[in-house]
Amino acid sequence: MSTTKPPRRRVSASADAASAEQDKAPAAQTPEERKSLHMQLLHSMLLQRRFEERTAEMYAIGRIGGFCHLYIGQEAVSTGFTSLLRDDDYVITTYRDHGQALARGMTPRAIMAELFGRVDGCVGGKGGSMHLFDKSLGFLGGHGIVGGHIPIAAGVGFAIKYRGGDQVIVCFMGEAAVNNGAFHEALNMASLWKLPCLFVIENNRYGMGTAVERASAINDIYKRGASYDMPRDVVDGQDVFAVRAAAATAIARARTESIPTLLEIRTYRFMGHSMSDAVSGTYRTKEELEKYLKRDPVVLLRTQMEENGDLSNAEWTAMDDEIKATVQDAIDFAENSPEPALEALLEDVLVDTTSD
Amino acid sequence: MAIITYREALNQALREEMLRDDRVFLMGEEVAVYQGAYKVSKGLLQEFGEMRVVDTPITELGFAGVGVGAAMVGLRPIIEFMTWNFALLALDQVVNAAAKMLYMTNGQFPMPMVFRGPNGAALQLGAQHSQAWESWLAHIPGLKVVTPGTPYDAKGLLKAAIRDDNPVCFLEGEMLYNTKGEVPDEEYVIPLGKAEVKREGDHVSLITHGKMVLVALQAADQLAKEGIRCEVVDLRTIRPMDVDAITASVRKTNRAVVVEEGWEVCGVGAQVVDYVQRHCFDYLDAPVLRVHQADAPMPYAKNIEKAAKPDVPKTIAAVKQVLYIDA
Repeated sequence: MSTTKPPRRRVSASADAASAEQDKAPAAQTPEERKSLHMQLLHSMLLQRRFEERTAEMYAIGRIGGFCHLYIGQEAVSTGFTSLLRDDDYVITTYRDHGQALARGMTPRAIMAELFGRVDGCVGGKGGSMHLFDKSLGFLGGHGIVGGHIPIAAGVGFAIKYRGGDQVIVCFMGEAAVNNGAFHEALNMASLWKLPCLFVIENNRYGMGTAVERASAINDIYKRGASYDMPRDVVDGQDVFAVRAAAATAIARARTESIPTLLEIRTYRFMGHSMSDAVSGTYRTKEELEKYLKRDPVVLLRTQMEENGDLSNAEWTAMDDEIKATVQDAIDFAENSPEPALEALLEDVLVDTTSD
Repeated sequence: MAIITYREALNQALREEMLRDDRVFLMGEEVAVYQGAYKVSKGLLQEFGEMRVVDTPITELGFAGVGVGAAMVGLRPIIEFMTWNFALLALDQVVNAAAKMLYMTNGQFPMPMVFRGPNGAALQLGAQHSQAWESWLAHIPGLKVVTPGTPYDAKGLLKAAIRDDNPVCFLEGEMLYNTKGEVPDEEYVIPLGKAEVKREGDHVSLITHGKMVLVALQAADQLAKEGIRCEVVDLRTIRPMDVDAITASVRKTNRAVVVEEGWEVCGVGAQVVDYVQRHCFDYLDAPVLRVHQADAPMPYAKNIEKAAKPDVPKTIAAVKQVLYIDA
């Protein structure tokens, strides 16, 4: 097992709500600042892409078991939001969680080892693909029951308010969760009590194989925010700058006014629901998939940067090579990490402590 | 030593623990302005304010989840269910979130929280409001399940539950709120997981918990008049269950009857009987019998509701049966 850990890579260091506004007004930034930010965004998104391409490969050869839901195609959403968060903010998400975990700064090693079911995984091999957590990053999972984590997000918002803090929580969910009672219960309380929550619907058009039009009585699902008198918006989820602009507004609203926001981010998953279904052919056509593939968020950002003169071929290749090496390192690390000790089976069922 | 009601004992525990630790808050339906559907939280809103005594919409799944989220980031929520019947709507949060969070996160996120409220049948409330849930909850690793039967236990166990860093399901007795008992003036805490022998005897062990403690004690009183000495073992905590206390009593008496409010199949008594056959096999002089609710939803009509419930006559009959005495 290699002993040197690569440094944790975060986009958020220099990025805040103000810099998102600057995305739209490049004149307010120096060209160097713009390039630096865009390179960070591209790195975050490309890392997710390359990590999951290899994840699919590792799944195919049996290194990874269980359910495994890939995020490929949606990377602008995770990067767009997490790039604007502070270190003391919180993120909570669903079982399609690899992308958000990477974007929030969890190491590829900790995630890959978790997918392999090894002791060096972020939760020691007890969670797997669907249950990634890292307390030090405010990354609160990784939840497996559709809608179940939305009230939990409201609870984190409640705790922030209880303590008088100015953090926010970003709660990612799929569009299918909006038909679940937990969604409505949580949004009602968050609006009633003015909790600093961002409810981010990643509308990738399908809840497993059921298209949004076949599941939701309202197709413009952001409009459901009206039921709770909650500020709401719909955003192009393939454009990381559009995501950042909407995120910046909502984060500022939560941080300074403690008002929640419902955002519908229209995106698309390029892979199947999980590893067990065909990418196209049953519930969606090849033609539809190909139409959306033309708006690949990584390609869109890369092209824009090239057009701005911010990304040369050599820079792209260097970044891609570095990321591929990082992912290979994560795979090697996971391969060499031991399985959990048998004693781990019965550990952490309960704690022995009290507040005495 | 003051004589107070079970309701007042719970109220004292809540108040003392909220004074002791400002991370503790109470949330649920009608807990604040209304002063509690059963007045358990009387006066707390006035003393602690609306941030710490929080009225919720009727949204059990939602506010149970709010408790889970608040516990994840360091608060110590007390989530009140108006009754445990309504908590069924919240079971995803209790079972899938609170009970599993510590384990799924490899110890990163303890869940120092209490889910509490009245449990079991009252009088003529019908099928949907008359159920005892402890066997369901006790099935789940990661939870503790507590069922106090007296004011003394209610206060000491609730204080322990609030201080515990694990999720604790605290099942009160709707019919117990007005019962009275001695409660010390000085502070005390009763450790979770410890049974108590409420009455000593050497003929038969009556193993019970919650509201049925009073039924078992009354049965023991009446049987004493016939010279039958029952030992009443109050489990107090269903998970973890005090196997040592069960074993010690049954090895002494060689006979046991388990009395519980819930249904028979896969009930708490089934687990007790399993421990008894494993640990007391060579000590038993009779099969262990169980007294429980009839295997039907609770009816409304007074006569058949009474027939459905475990009670003193049924307990006495079971004791005589394990003693091979003709009733």
